[in-house]
Amino acid sequence: MPAVSKGDGMRGLAVFISDIRNCKSKEAEIKRINKELANIRSKFKGDKALDGYSKKKYVCKLLFIFLLGHDIDFGHMEAVNLLSSNKYTEKQIGYLFISVLVNSNSELIRLINNAIKNDLSSRNPTFMCLALHCIANVGSREMAEAFASEIPRILVAGDTMDSVKQSAALCLLRLYKTSPDLVLMGEWTSRVVHLLNDQHMGVVTAAISLITCLSQKNPDEFKTCVSLAVSRLSRIVSSASTDLQDYTYYFVPAPWLSCKLLRLLQCYPPPEDGAVKGRLVECLETILNKAQEPPKSKKVQHSNAKNAILFEAISLIIHYDSEPNLLVRACNQLGQFLQHRETNLRYLALESMCTLASSEFSHEAVKTHIETVINALKTERDVSVRQRAADLLYAMCDRSNAKQIVAEMLSYLETADYSIREEMVLKVAILAEKYAVDYSWYVDTILNLIRIAGDYVSEEVWYRVIQIVINRDDVQGYAAKTVFEALQAPACHENMVKVGGYILGEFGNLIAGDPRSSPLVQFNLLHSKFHLCSVPTRALLLSAYIKFINLFPETKATIQEVLRCDSQIRNSDVELQQRAVEYLKLSSIASTDVLATVLEEMPPFPERESSILAKLKKKKGPGAVSVPDLEDGKREGGELNGGGERGPDSAAMSASNASTPSPSADLLGMRSAAPMSAAPTSAGSLLVDVFSEAGPAAPSAAVNDDGFLSSAPPSEDPATLLSEADELLNKFVCKNNGVLFENQLLQIGIKSEYRQNLGRMYLFYGNKTSVQFASFTTTVSCPGELQSHILSILRATKPVEPVVEGGAQIQQVLNIECLTDFSEAPLLNIKFRYGGALQNLSLKLPVTINKFFQPTEMTSHDFFQRWKQLSQPQQEAQKIFKANHSMDTEVLKAKLLGLGTALLDDVDPNPENYVCAGVIQTKGQQVGCLLRLEPNGQAQMYRLTLRCSKDSVSLRLCELLAQQF
Amino acid sequence: WIRFILIQNRAGKTRLAKWYMQFDDDEKQKLIEEVHAVVTVRDAKHTNFVEFRNFKIIYRRYAGLYFCICVDVTDNNLAYLEGIHNFVEVLNEYFHNVCELDLVFNFYKVYTVVDEMFLAGEIRETSQTKVLKQLLMLQSLE
Repeated sequence: MPAVSKGDGMRGLAVFISDIRNCKSKEAEIKRINKELANIRSKFKGDKALDGYSKKKYVCKLLFIFLLGHDIDFGHMEAVNLLSSNKYTEKQIGYLFISVLVNSNSELIRLINNAIKNDLSSRNPTFMCLALHCIANVGSREMAEAFASEIPRILVAGDTMDSVKQSAALCLLRLYKTSPDLVLMGEWTSRVVHLLNDQHMGVVTAAISLITCLSQKNPDEFKTCVSLAVSRLSRIVSSASTDLQDYTYYFVPAPWLSCKLLRLLQCYPPPEDGAVKGRLVECLETILNKAQEPPKSKKVQHSNAKNAILFEAISLIIHYDSEPNLLVRACNQLGQFLQHRETNLRYLALESMCTLASSEFSHEAVKTHIETVINALKTERDVSVRQRAADLLYAMCDRSNAKQIVAEMLSYLETADYSIREEMVLKVAILAEKYAVDYSWYVDTILNLIRIAGDYVSEEVWYRVIQIVINRDDVQGYAAKTVFEALQAPACHENMVKVGGYILGEFGNLIAGDPRSSPLVQFNLLHSKFHLCSVPTRALLLSAYIKFINLFPETKATIQEVLRCDSQIRNSDVELQQRAVEYLKLSSIASTDVLATVLEEMPPFPERESSILAKLKKKKGPGAVSVPDLEDGKREGGELNGGGERGPDSAAMSASNASTPSPSADLLGMRSAAPMSAAPTSAGSLLVDVFSEAGPAAPSAAVNDDGFLSSAPPSEDPATLLSEADELLNKFVCKNNGVLFENQLLQIGIKSEYRQNLGRMYLFYGNKTSVQFASFTTTVSCPGELQSHILSILRATKPVEPVVEGGAQIQQVLNIECLTDFSEAPLLNIKFRYGGALQNLSLKLPVTINKFFQPTEMTSHDFFQRWKQLSQPQQEAQKIFKANHSMDTEVLKAKLLGLGTALLDDVDPNPENYVCAGVIQTKGQQVGCLLRLEPNGQAQMYRLTLRCSKDSVSLRLCELLAQQF
Repeated sequence: WIRFILIQNRAGKTRLAKWYMQFDDDEKQKLIEEVHAVVTVRDAKHTNFVEFRNFKIIYRRYAGLYFCICVDVTDNNLAYLEGIHNFVEVLNEYFHNVCELDLVFNFYKVYTVVDEMFLAGEIRETSQTKVLKQLLMLQSLE
């Protein structure tokens, strides 16, 4: 066959490319390019009209320059002109330029669409294909609008050439993917499905991709494709290796088409029609049989093509999961591949077996290969193959082989690649828990994990072991003993110290009888690690110490000594200092009874899905689990540790200390791990629903209004306070704690925490005077048309004390549930008598929709994909505004984090910009939100863009946030 | 389906980049560099597949050129691996023992070859005979 000679056609282009290649430096290249750009520009601007050939040559040079990575800002018009040439080579360059340098310049799009239209109706198959390829490559919405109705017609018309049909089918697929609303198959459906019968295999190959995509979206309308696909497949599978001529590839008949047919069938359940099903099973058997036949060629292309079909057939068998015979045969076939000399095949066999392991029919068959898989884990050179082996071991694990598999994985961990260690650790932890027959084995396994791969043991793993030890009293003594022994090692991992501190603090008494592990020995052992640990671990150890004082009164003096020394009580870290001070005080003033109550053993944790499992799902990416599961996982990870916040029980120790929530992991804090709604069990009978008492109609009428008060003239005008309160509201958008309001009489502090669609707000009312406030009442209401039942429920756990003594502070707790998205803030009305005068004030409570954000981490790719999905105009809200506050990066970051979303790094191509993602949780629905903040330092301006799955949320967030920066 | 096709040489110079998904220019550049980084460190004993972000790269090395296809993780590895080879055989026939320079000087023709065989991220035509016949017909046009 004649070949293409180098750079034929356009000598000038070849010369230019040679010049560029000969450039010795980047500078020389840029110089040469600039010279060429100047030349082209002058040609385009010259008075002499250029002929088609020159135009083509120059446009092609521009394209080459662009592909080298330089910006091109002219030549688009000349390229568009080439589209209307009637010479193929000119038209082709024009289309290529347009396809590569898509530009949403509306002026040009109109001209381009016009040229495409002409070519589509030209009846010249070559030109039609060029136009269709351009649409398929660009795939813009404008093109979909212009051509989505025309292309199906071309696709099914009787006189359309085969090659045009191929292009039309895939062009339509592209438009369907970008603008499904514009591609209406309706009347064409049946004729498109029948393309599966087309004589031309190329047409079938192209059309089947379209049909598969449409079937996934509308399975019912396309279900007739099943029988057609089966008969087509059957014809291919039973044909001899030479029957299909052009479509035989290395003696394999139509491998790609076979794969696509098998994939289409995976959109549907097994055929109901017995004959069709029989025929399909026959095909699958034939494919499995062929795998056993001697190869027709030694070329790898032959075996690859054959095995491509085999793997796709196995996928279908697994998808049906109803033919035990086929499943077992598939498993045996894969078993052979496990020892194949081709790495690709070993890899794919491990991957495919992983899904077979979860079928009840083939699980046992998969298990017989355990030795081979363990061997693969140890000897494979390619880390991705070892990774698959680990996955498969995990998938085939059950009670019968758990000990063996966990032992192998542990020993592999000692040498495992860094890239897969964390995941391996999670898997070992999950298997150890799931298949633990005796919990001492479980404890040993986890402690081994920490010993071998401590750095990769995430918080979830060690939280979980503690959770289990606390919940199972049969293992507590063993755990204490084992952890005590593990801590004897001269160098032990900090995670070991954490587990050790926690467990000895709770259960050290169980081994204290042995003089080798007497209380003081335990304490000295823990304290010998103290100075090498990070702040959170030290904080945990301090809590363990106070627990020791309770467990072993004989250690009190020693521990108080430690707490009292300057390095504790004056520690520069506020958390450590506070703990040291408070624990010291607690140990010296509280009676034994109080101490025993405050420092009581942890109650069992409520059973729930393992947080480690959730973490693994998360690691495996969004493909493996749906988003709500992910969110769950995150929440549980946090909750396990008592929500990270110090719980109400510790308020006993810091009663007046309302302003310092502790962010770190904490022994005592674990108390509050109980679900929020059940939290105030002791006060359960005092639950008062504000609305049930006050009624939504008159929400601002005070709960215990005694008539006398309401007639007295208010001494302060609530209206003025309200407007002021709007500013206060803005102050709390990005933070949860602080002073909400202050005047000469009263200070109101606020502390709040939110999780999912629930929130809890602590209000602290401080009387700044020396005189008592009498008849103190508070009322919370949701204003205006936003009735409680559609907005949010606010519920005070109990009414506030009616009297606030001079200088005293009282606390009120509100539980909040977000039912649906909202924009107005709830109102807090406070009435009391100071001296003789009635004080009446109304404030907006800083409950804003963003409080219900759950952060969502995502990759750049996912971010932009979702960003594009949310492209309807009303889903977007945008504001451009002047900076009101510092534009300092750290300040901005802190605010964006305070907002509750995840701040995503490396997503926006411009590092100056910030992008965030989160999901707003309301009772009824989840609203996904994406945010982009583009600062312009010079102009001191911002552009803020929000895209949310709910219009009203975009608007509200945009309003709220525009005040923040 | 295919997200992009890349042909790169060992030094990381791109000889063809065909995108079937919207990316902005910076993102494209980043992808090109990442693909080069993950693919060139692998040796012949490794598989021809490598996980890549939420996708996977199916690649094959021919002399100094890496042919890489980025597809969904659930896509058929071997079918795309042979899809690459089929494409290379067509290029070899069309350019008569194709070499890297052919792809440089005839970059605009390589796009035509790609569009004949792959379109909208799907395999369009697999018959070498049909593709070459079409390419030669186009070659003969003015």
